[in-house]
Amino acid sequence: MRFENWLYTIPLRLRSLIRRNRMDADLEEELRDHIDRQIEENLARGMGREEARLAALRTFGNLAALREQTHSSWSWSGAELLLNDLRLGTRALARTPSFASIAILVIALGIGADVALFTVVRGVLLKPLPFRDPGRLMMLYEINPKDDPYNIVSGGMYAEWNKYNKSFSSLALVQDSENTVAASGGQLPENLTSAKVSWNLLTTLGVAPALGRDFTAEDDTLAANGTVLLSWSLWKRRYGADRGIVNRTIYIDAKPYTVIGVMPEWFAFPRPETQMWTPVYHENPAKIMAMVDNHMFRVVGRLNPGVSLEQGKADLSVISQRVFDAHRDLAFVNPAANVRPLLEHMVGAVKRPLYVLLAATGCLFLIACMNVANLLVARAVARRKEQAIRTALGGGWLRLVRERLMESLLLSTAGGALGLALAYGALQWLVHSRRDLTRVESIHIDAIVAMFTVGVIALCALFAGLVSALTIRDKSLLTTLHGSSRYASGSQSQAKLRRRLLIVEVGLTVVLLTGAGLLMKSYERLRASDLGCATENVLTMRIGLPGARYKTPGPAAVNFFNTLLEKVRALPGVNQAGLVTAVPGQGWWEDDGFRVVEHSALPQGQSLDALTRWADSGYFAAMGIPMLRGRTFNDSLRLEGAKEVIISEKLAKSFFPGEDPLGKHIKTGGDGGNSGGKIYTIVGIVGDMRYDIGEAPKETKYFSLQEGTQNYGTLVIRSSHDAETLAMPAQRVIQRMDRDLPVSDVLTMNQLLGKTTLDQSFDTTLLVGFAIVSLLLAAVGLFGVLSYMASQRTGEIGIRLALGAPRGQVLGKMLTDGLHPAVMGLALGLAASAEASRLMRDMLYETQPLDPWVFAAVSATLISVAALACIVPAWRASRVDPVQALRTE
Amino acid sequence: MSKPSDLVQGTLDLLVLKILALQPLHGWALSLRLKQISGDVLQVSDGSLYPALHKLEQQGWIHAEWKPTENNRRAKFYSLTRLGKRHLEWEAANWERISTAISGVMRLTEV
Repeated sequence: MRFENWLYTIPLRLRSLIRRNRMDADLEEELRDHIDRQIEENLARGMGREEARLAALRTFGNLAALREQTHSSWSWSGAELLLNDLRLGTRALARTPSFASIAILVIALGIGADVALFTVVRGVLLKPLPFRDPGRLMMLYEINPKDDPYNIVSGGMYAEWNKYNKSFSSLALVQDSENTVAASGGQLPENLTSAKVSWNLLTTLGVAPALGRDFTAEDDTLAANGTVLLSWSLWKRRYGADRGIVNRTIYIDAKPYTVIGVMPEWFAFPRPETQMWTPVYHENPAKIMAMVDNHMFRVVGRLNPGVSLEQGKADLSVISQRVFDAHRDLAFVNPAANVRPLLEHMVGAVKRPLYVLLAATGCLFLIACMNVANLLVARAVARRKEQAIRTALGGGWLRLVRERLMESLLLSTAGGALGLALAYGALQWLVHSRRDLTRVESIHIDAIVAMFTVGVIALCALFAGLVSALTIRDKSLLTTLHGSSRYASGSQSQAKLRRRLLIVEVGLTVVLLTGAGLLMKSYERLRASDLGCATENVLTMRIGLPGARYKTPGPAAVNFFNTLLEKVRALPGVNQAGLVTAVPGQGWWEDDGFRVVEHSALPQGQSLDALTRWADSGYFAAMGIPMLRGRTFNDSLRLEGAKEVIISEKLAKSFFPGEDPLGKHIKTGGDGGNSGGKIYTIVGIVGDMRYDIGEAPKETKYFSLQEGTQNYGTLVIRSSHDAETLAMPAQRVIQRMDRDLPVSDVLTMNQLLGKTTLDQSFDTTLLVGFAIVSLLLAAVGLFGVLSYMASQRTGEIGIRLALGAPRGQVLGKMLTDGLHPAVMGLALGLAASAEASRLMRDMLYETQPLDPWVFAAVSATLISVAALACIVPAWRASRVDPVQALRTE
Repeated sequence: MSKPSDLVQGTLDLLVLKILALQPLHGWALSLRLKQISGDVLQVSDGSLYPALHKLEQQGWIHAEWKPTENNRRAKFYSLTRLGKRHLEWEAANWERISTAISGVMRLTEV
């Protein structure tokens, strides 16, 4: 029966879909017919014409409502109503373009920021790595019991793990590196970020080259010919995407390498900017690869199925402990191993900031929603009479609610579409300007992001629509129709609702402001932290001499450097110049163990540790590092003879407490310092420096560049004015000396620091941006609510003024009314920020999460902005002309 | 707005079907018959007949057709369909059952 019924009604349904107008006309005719007949009958009963018509209409009932009811009994009436609502909504919004555009803009900002950040978080943190079975890929570390649970791994330890572990199907080595590709075919020499990898890295990850072949075990030996894999982008950019590149020879660091393949476009490992891969056992001397106390590698492992992370860790730790026991005499052997998922390793540093930013955009989104809800409520209030008339004419309550929801859905959809466009633009910009961000290549707007956008739009529409819809009440119908501002009490509940919305909005704004304030302060502290050297008018550039032509140890490199310094110092405008392996702010680079010859022997397996730098005698003056005691290097001591060392103040304090280090000797290398190794005389003490901005100064020892052991370094040029203008002349000097030498990272000290603080400045800028937008939104909200309240109370204010209330008092009253929600919101927001800022502790540098200055500044800013937003409507209210106000009723 | 309660609405459908089962009628005539039969028990405005008629038509129980009336005017005549007949039988039986049950209960409480 059911089915038959359904089948039977199909033509009916089709008819009511297609012949809608016809059905309307039919209904009209049918109803008119009925009424006409009733009129005829009434006339026959002896009524007058007009009387008969009215009586007929009365007995018939509410025509409009009946028409509606009949319509709703037709099929598709739901869809029709929806279309109708859509039309109505669009028309209503088109009538108030300023309202509509403000609301859409507000939503677009909220949704745009939210979608953009979600896309980044999804791309970077949530998407699985693009490798085969990525859940089994682990990053392996040694545990340094002193200070680092994620210490990088020594070649010797890797070899032992590789041989004896039972938990991993394969282990691969990775070492970040840098190489120079020689000039060829009109291309300039170029410095590239590269990686030295063991031959099985790609099979461990489960990746194959897009072109050519993978490394073989034979490639990964000292005796093998040089082989290299290129990244897709390098292949396209430098070699014009020529497929014939495979098996061709290119010169890297002045040595011949056969290109064996090109990696797929998406492949970026271990860093986003890695461009070349070479076999690690071919590149590094066998001695380094076998050392168990020289930590320089990352190890990627693939866990066997059914083996847990903990089991893998225990398995490796047993091996580490055995190696440790076998080398009690060495100071830097670690007794345990650590394992964590590869994804966690890759995103560890960006996880917290991204989640904080995501939370911030969530706040911004909520604020936007509340603002739109607020606007809609205000609009609903303005349209109260219209609504009341419609209700009186038979418009159903549900219908009105639906209309509100439709309106807010329209706004949200338009805002969402605009927001998506904004997000797209923002992401394009981010991907281009932040190539260094981990996994930046996996940030895309995809189906999941689209779904997220739709969800966010729906949420916004529902929230804003429902809040305003809830203000519709059938009951107050009569009051509203009678309504004049004298009866404004009916709207008090709406004012209350709007005020509550405002309180929450202000609260959220305060949370954002506090977060932004803390980050700003932390960033300022970071930028202001004393590096221990000059930062103004200092130019730096990095030079690497290819080992094939400049062998170390030997005189070639040091001769080059000396000539270079001589020529650079002769350039006009150059005050001082120096050369060092790494300047402050350039990173850790190198540390080595040593012992003091004059002190009693250290217990077996222990050693002192300090950063190691090689510098020329002019470096300290050029860099502005103060020479506290003693003297700089004696340049006439060369090669084996240059056995001088200069130590930092901190090293002197840590390792020579209460004695004079000058003239003492330190010994490096060898086995714990008893035999072998080299002995250096301490000739000077210099000021401390920070290897990284934001890190505490560390003990540092400087050896003489004249020793001839180094073939790379950073040239430092100090000028009395704009140092940047010296970049070209200095580079030309280098080009003339060796045309195959690439120069990289030509940066002033300030630019270099800007680069290292990029992350922080980025996070700070974004959060400050969000905070400013939300402050603006909150101000708009306050302004709107107070303007509305003032206009509602014009009559009351008029009476007050007529009865002699001073204008100042009215102004004061309006101001307190407006500031009340702001103060409440501030209290709420401060309490919430105290909690929220704890989450940011890791991101702050020398700044307490509960920094009283930040909290005070936020409170002051908020209250003054709120007062500004309130003062205009309050002032306007106090200027009301009592006669005018009373007359307008 | 006079909206018939659910009970009356259901009854209205049943009454309409029953009247139409006797002969096809147009709206006006149907409303007259309704008043005639039920007297003033069904307090329904004349107009509320039309939403009910249109609903029944959409459900396929009655069929509508424009036809000339006695004095050469056009009117929309409603007649019962095959499906409608069956539905009426079912509804009538249902009504019988329920009213018997209810009056039984009413008698019980009166004793």
